[in-house]
Amino acid sequence: MKFETSPAPHLKPPNTVGAVMRQVLYALVPATLAYVWFFGWGIVIQIIIATAFALAAETAMLLARDKPVRPFITDCSAIVTAVLLAWALPPTAPWWLAAIGVVFAIVFAKHLYGGLGYNLFNPAMAGYVVLLISFPQEMTQWLAPEMLVDGEHRMSFWQTLVTIFTGDFSSSVNVDAVTSATPLDYLRTQLANNRTILEIRQHPLFGDFGGKGWEWIANFLVLGGMWMMYKRVVRWQIPAGVLLGLGGMAFLFYALDPGSHASPGFHIFSGAAIFCAFFIATDPVSAATTEKGRFLYALGIGIFIYVIRTWGGYPGGVAFAVLLMNMAAPLIDHYTKPRTYGHARP
Amino acid sequence: MAEMRSRPGGPPLHRFPGGLELPDNKAMATTTAIRTAPLPRELVVPLAQHIGDAAKSIAKIGQRVLRGEVIAQPEDAISVPVHSPTSGIVTAIEDRLIPHPSGLTARCVVIEPDGKDDAVEPQPLRDWKNAAPVEIRDHIRAAGIVGLGGAAFPTWVKLDARAPIERLILNGAECEPYISCDDMLMRERANDIVSGALIMLHALQAERCQLAIEDNKPEAEAALRDALATVDDERLELITVPSVYPEGGERQLIQVLTGQEVPHDGLPLDIGVICHNVATAAAVHRAAIHGETLISRVVTVTGRGVTQPANVEARIGTSFHDLIEFCGGYAEDVARLIMGGPMMGFAVSSDDIPLIKATNCILAGSATEAVPARVTLPCIRCGECAQVCPATLLPQTLYAFTRARDFEKVQAYDVFDCIECGCCDLVCPSQIPLVSHFRFAKTEIRGKEMERSKADLARQRFEFRQSRLQREADAQEGKRRRKQETLEKLKSSDSKKNEIQAALERARKKKEKQ
Repeated sequence: MKFETSPAPHLKPPNTVGAVMRQVLYALVPATLAYVWFFGWGIVIQIIIATAFALAAETAMLLARDKPVRPFITDCSAIVTAVLLAWALPPTAPWWLAAIGVVFAIVFAKHLYGGLGYNLFNPAMAGYVVLLISFPQEMTQWLAPEMLVDGEHRMSFWQTLVTIFTGDFSSSVNVDAVTSATPLDYLRTQLANNRTILEIRQHPLFGDFGGKGWEWIANFLVLGGMWMMYKRVVRWQIPAGVLLGLGGMAFLFYALDPGSHASPGFHIFSGAAIFCAFFIATDPVSAATTEKGRFLYALGIGIFIYVIRTWGGYPGGVAFAVLLMNMAAPLIDHYTKPRTYGHARP
Repeated sequence: MAEMRSRPGGPPLHRFPGGLELPDNKAMATTTAIRTAPLPRELVVPLAQHIGDAAKSIAKIGQRVLRGEVIAQPEDAISVPVHSPTSGIVTAIEDRLIPHPSGLTARCVVIEPDGKDDAVEPQPLRDWKNAAPVEIRDHIRAAGIVGLGGAAFPTWVKLDARAPIERLILNGAECEPYISCDDMLMRERANDIVSGALIMLHALQAERCQLAIEDNKPEAEAALRDALATVDDERLELITVPSVYPEGGERQLIQVLTGQEVPHDGLPLDIGVICHNVATAAAVHRAAIHGETLISRVVTVTGRGVTQPANVEARIGTSFHDLIEFCGGYAEDVARLIMGGPMMGFAVSSDDIPLIKATNCILAGSATEAVPARVTLPCIRCGECAQVCPATLLPQTLYAFTRARDFEKVQAYDVFDCIECGCCDLVCPSQIPLVSHFRFAKTEIRGKEMERSKADLARQRFEFRQSRLQREADAQEGKRRRKQETLEKLKSSDSKKNEIQAALERARKKKEKQ
């Protein structure tokens, strides 16, 4: 009898890229629900807009590059990029912001570098930075958590939709009633006014460790992150590195002068730090790939986040920190090759 | 490094990095005892069944050979003789398909059994306890014994203790899914294995022997424990190790038992350890005590592509086809035929190939179990491959450099330390055939090195020729010069002669005057 042959192993591989990407999306579900709870429907609409444009851009680029569309669409990597970028946008940002950001991410940051697996930079963060630099006003108009907004001013799903597609708050709601500075922004400006941390934190924007609302979303992000670690979608090195880098720096300065520096807890639970630790920095393609390298890479991101937040021109440092460390990833890999079995210990 | 113990109070065990816990699928072939396959109509015995050089056929076409008669003799150092598996007539000595990933043919002796199964006079080594180690080695070599775990390295070479051996490890881990021939052998012939262990200890002059067995084989463990109790030798020790693939890999098992790594450019011998398979020990016992040569082995015939999976003792040279028929034939949805296990075995294109000494498993895989529909995507550098690599390599990096054909880098990232266990392949979410890439890289590098050494040789030859020509030219020049000198000397001697002549002439004239 004759048989066909194929190389070993002759077992079903238990994992696919699509499964990994889908698990990242599942891990974001609880935090997304929390986001809706505290800040309304904006995030959901942003996710839908970004995903639609991401899939369109991905398909167009695959066709243009003469690649098979089906396997690369079903790997869900474009959807992950879209969702991560949507998470980084203000929930009521105009629709074209998400569209431009995600198209830049897919076309320039991903496909012009060779597509899945070849991008040097985290696509979502590259898209975000383009938006932040090009449209600073739209990118910094954040909503206040709903518990700080009077019942009559809360935005309905419909009002949110109208705002996103017309770019106009005034027709539906009172803009000053629903938007506010983010806790990190507020901290910055108030510190510049020589107020102490203790005074600043009296403001209703602040919750128990971080910003009100935000700290709870962060909790659910941690939950999703833990689940991903349990599922081995991410390993501990990157989340631990980011949190340790940021927390370590914050602790150092907080210990020296607690009056003018926020606590490590505040830094970790505010802004996008947790989101970065579990969902952004963990993008394997643009991260370092050795075990030790990943920890150092993440440590670098954590340190840069603190540096940019404290002394940089932007209140949130995550995107720049990630892109900077993306550049260093190949070098980190080069110097962190593990010792092979049977070779002399260095 | 976390410390484990084989059992409460037992010796401490160590971990090897990486590895996978795989569903073992062994039970389907262990429900019946080892079955003995009948003599087939034809036996095809390849001359190269082991690592090393092929033996040279000494049988003649038409000759009647007996069971255990030598039909091929080793010509080189790392080789063993090949014996006739039964009595019968040699009908051909020709190239036949052999089990090989590329479907190669090789020289085989074809024997038509006469059904009598007459044997040559067995020559046991009953008094092995008083035999010199070299005598045991020679006996084992003459019996044609090679490693039966799958690598088929001549056993006598690994009984030659060029350095003091602290411990002998008998490998009964059998970590690869589906394979259960060692398991069944340990259950049914534990006494043979223990006896073989004692003989090997003597040959190696080693201090102790550890029998290692994975904890998914309780029956085999119990049988071995009983056998050990019978001999009551404190040098022998049974050790249960956790079931993790590829723990049966020599270097991994040594790491688990000793905590030491075998140097990458060395052998287990260098750290005072020698590792043999349990089935090899049983064969050593049969060779020494009963004078039997290695003409049969236990093979696992299994998978959902065969109707009655079982462990079968069959003569070397029996075709895969006959063995499958003996096990009830193929199931309808058989799709792959694999020699070896699902992780490291290779798919063969035909079942018209013979059982060889290295065949521990014939896996007939159904379409659902053994034909992974792989959709290969680009590497996303997730690093799962590095997490499971028992050699602590970076498969993702090796893959990138292999794709870039940067073989210098591939070598610098230690591709030659890859044991090809296939763990990285299996866990890769992009389903990249990583090991195939690494094999390709190894072949390319070896090829380049061969080319380089060939070029070096050619250059050396050229330089040698040049220097020889120069030397010859110099020699000729010297000769010529010497000739000239003599000629000149001769000339000068001529003038002397003339002087003498002249003097004589003068003398004569003087005389005439007087």
